[in-house]
Amino acid sequence: MITNNRLSAEQYTLNFADIHPPFESHDSALVEASRCLFCYDAPCMKSCPTSINIPKFIKQISTENIKGSAKTILSSNIFGAGCGKVCPVEKLCEGACVYNFLEEPPIPIAKLQRYSTEKAIEDKWKLFERKQSNGKKVAIVGAGPAGLSCAHSLSREGVDVTIYEKENKGGGLMTFGIAAYKVTPEFCEDEVEYILSIGGIEVKYNQELGKDVTLEELTQQYDAVYLGIGVGLTRNLGIKGEELEGVVDAIDFIYNLRDKGYSYVPVGDKVAVIGLGMTAIDAATQAKRLGASEVTIVYRRTHAEMPCTQHEMDIALLDGCKIKWLSAPKKIHGHKGKVTSLECSVMELGEPDASGRRSPVETKETFTLDVDMVIKATGQTPFTKLVEENELENKSGKLVITQDGRTNVAKVFAGGDAVNGGKEVVDAVQAGKDGAKGILEFLGVVDVAVEPAYNKSVVSDAT
Amino acid sequence: MASLHTNFLGIHSPNPYWLASAPPTDKAYNVLRAFEAGWGGVVWKTLGSQVKNVSSRYSSVDYGGQRVMGFNNIELISDRPLDINLREIREVVREFPDRAMIVSLMADNDRQSWHELIKKVEDTGAHGLELNFGCPHGMNERGMGSAVGQDPEIARMVVEWVMEVATIPVITKLTPNVHSVVPAGKACVEAGTNALSLINTIQSVTGVDLDTFVPNPNVGGQSAFGGYCGPAVKPIALKFLTTIAQNDVTRQVPVSGIGGISTWKDAAEFMLLGATSVQVCTAAMKHGFRIIEDLCEGLSNWMDEKGFATTANFIGRSVPTLTKWEELDINYHIVANIDQSKCIHCGLCYIACEDTSHQSIRLDYGNPYNTYTIKEEECVGCNLCKLMCPVTDCITMVEQRKAPEYVNWKDYQRLGMPLNDH
Repeated sequence: MITNNRLSAEQYTLNFADIHPPFESHDSALVEASRCLFCYDAPCMKSCPTSINIPKFIKQISTENIKGSAKTILSSNIFGAGCGKVCPVEKLCEGACVYNFLEEPPIPIAKLQRYSTEKAIEDKWKLFERKQSNGKKVAIVGAGPAGLSCAHSLSREGVDVTIYEKENKGGGLMTFGIAAYKVTPEFCEDEVEYILSIGGIEVKYNQELGKDVTLEELTQQYDAVYLGIGVGLTRNLGIKGEELEGVVDAIDFIYNLRDKGYSYVPVGDKVAVIGLGMTAIDAATQAKRLGASEVTIVYRRTHAEMPCTQHEMDIALLDGCKIKWLSAPKKIHGHKGKVTSLECSVMELGEPDASGRRSPVETKETFTLDVDMVIKATGQTPFTKLVEENELENKSGKLVITQDGRTNVAKVFAGGDAVNGGKEVVDAVQAGKDGAKGILEFLGVVDVAVEPAYNKSVVSDAT
Repeated sequence: MASLHTNFLGIHSPNPYWLASAPPTDKAYNVLRAFEAGWGGVVWKTLGSQVKNVSSRYSSVDYGGQRVMGFNNIELISDRPLDINLREIREVVREFPDRAMIVSLMADNDRQSWHELIKKVEDTGAHGLELNFGCPHGMNERGMGSAVGQDPEIARMVVEWVMEVATIPVITKLTPNVHSVVPAGKACVEAGTNALSLINTIQSVTGVDLDTFVPNPNVGGQSAFGGYCGPAVKPIALKFLTTIAQNDVTRQVPVSGIGGISTWKDAAEFMLLGATSVQVCTAAMKHGFRIIEDLCEGLSNWMDEKGFATTANFIGRSVPTLTKWEELDINYHIVANIDQSKCIHCGLCYIACEDTSHQSIRLDYGNPYNTYTIKEEECVGCNLCKLMCPVTDCITMVEQRKAPEYVNWKDYQRLGMPLNDH
């Protein structure tokens, strides 16, 4: 049976409490900060998509220059606080920490990053001065990580920015699409407010591109436009029974959880989650934490190919979620219009596909899971219709941009999930910076202080 | 198993570890706890002139997330009544006759005061006396402590007064607040002291509070120069100790080594440079008396490994290897080698060499891991990279002699050999 309000308020609070609690005191942060070797040309820094100068900010914690530390982080990544909570650091900075070679735990970089940046947000430290307005006007579509990062970079240089956001809150998927035990909606609001506190950025909420405002209007009214529109709902499974009551979209499911509250969101007794990306994990764990008795993740490949990290999968396993490997949904069965079970094909691995991973091939064998709810989390689809209506060059809906962030349409730039099809928050933040750099150059704004992307500018040249 | 038994001028102790004259040896309660824990001996906190203490008294230098790399104090000599101290010393000697009981003394600056104090102390059954010529705070303003140790002639005079009446061994404790401890040490030996101990604390300011702007330790908004000790002073102590071991006069008497000894390794190093016994204070103040267990076990295990049956087998052994720079072999040459299988790619060797030394490490960029290799032809064999490397034995220094024969600086000049080869 699918129902909401399964738990008491205390149980919800407990189930959705911060999974990685912050340092309690400066002393505890100092213990870890002191372990940092302060590497030269640090692997952690090179593994951060936004190239945060990690050794420097950690050193600054150990010298009790917390403001300096926060500025070091936020100069490279204005979402540094949120990224400290949601980044899959085990495959980025912490995964590259040299302590891994010694079989020692890496420096808890994310936790240290939170230490400085959460203080900055809490105490509203004014770390950035916006340059005097230079009269240039830029419209940004989407107040997600890409859009806000781009806006902040532009505003620092004196550009007047207007953001058009279709939701009633900023933050994009950070605010609406991530498990609540990693980052709370309240924190996301504080973070967005902190980013906007630099000034020079006006956000027009409830304004959807193609509905409330057109790209043509924007290009006419502004000197440049940045599209940080992200991606939409989960792609359809294309199997029978997908229309049944009880089949939900993971993005919708998580959106409601964050927008409307835990007790509002209905969840089944026995839930199947299709897919094994970060969103699938977030949906599965949260279904369990909302009170589902059984949650089974159905994934068509094997452990070797899974898109989520081991760390993420462990969260799901520790929550009691089960994983069915080499299983693909074949048909959803129902009774009186409601889901009763999920029939799956047993798969085997065949030849490598375009992604280089061995593609799953159906065998004749099948099995059936008794479930009353199916959550689809098989990757989000781009806003293909919107993109094509505006004659923007794209690859299956994903916007095509030049190295400096331009689309094929004059004055229009783009970045983030809308271009890459859906990656991490930290990738979107970097995309926003790259877009801002391209726009500033396009607008002829000199003295660009946007932090470069380390991996591009240094490593590729040097090797 | 090696014996740690120590015979210092006939003063026997089961191990060479004595607690230095300081707060831990201020009264019977502490000393009894120390002896129960296993300490070989104590130097009872300095008796003498009547004093009054202030609050606060201590401050420290923290480093790399660790507390007390260095420590300083402005506490004066014992502020307890002399009679109580003497009674307690007598009790402790009776209860632990196998442990060394040395009493530190600092009398007012006249012959009679010294004579009276020595007689009273000897009456307790104590085994030896230590003359405090080193305290660099408070007492020195009254012409005592380091004010005595800094002037060899005053030190000589006081030792002579002491030797007129002392019947038990006399150790004179030297101050490091001088350019060399040898003149005062020599004067004291010539005046008859039976032994030397060093170093006392170093006059210091450990830091300034960045909120109150008052240096540490803060006494009601003011501060005073304090005596610095702890691990930070060990290298200075070892240097002074060596100069005593090298001088023809001062080397004639046994030495009790003091200054930042925290581990059995520190103790072994002091002994290799000439100390017969060692004194500990800061480490005990940081961790309590229980550290004596590893101090003994570690030293004993090391002695077993090296084949030393007694401490006499290695005391002073390293002294002859500390020579003048001009005696060093210029043809001895080493170059760094990085073991790539151990390298963790932190780049610390590279940046140290590149920015501050001889640009002898090659960097090949990688993502995210760079590769670092030694440019042997550029390497001067300075050790810097090896010292900065966080992985033991990842960087080793490999001998590549410039030439087979020993040639020192004097030979170089005499033979007119070429300079500036780097």
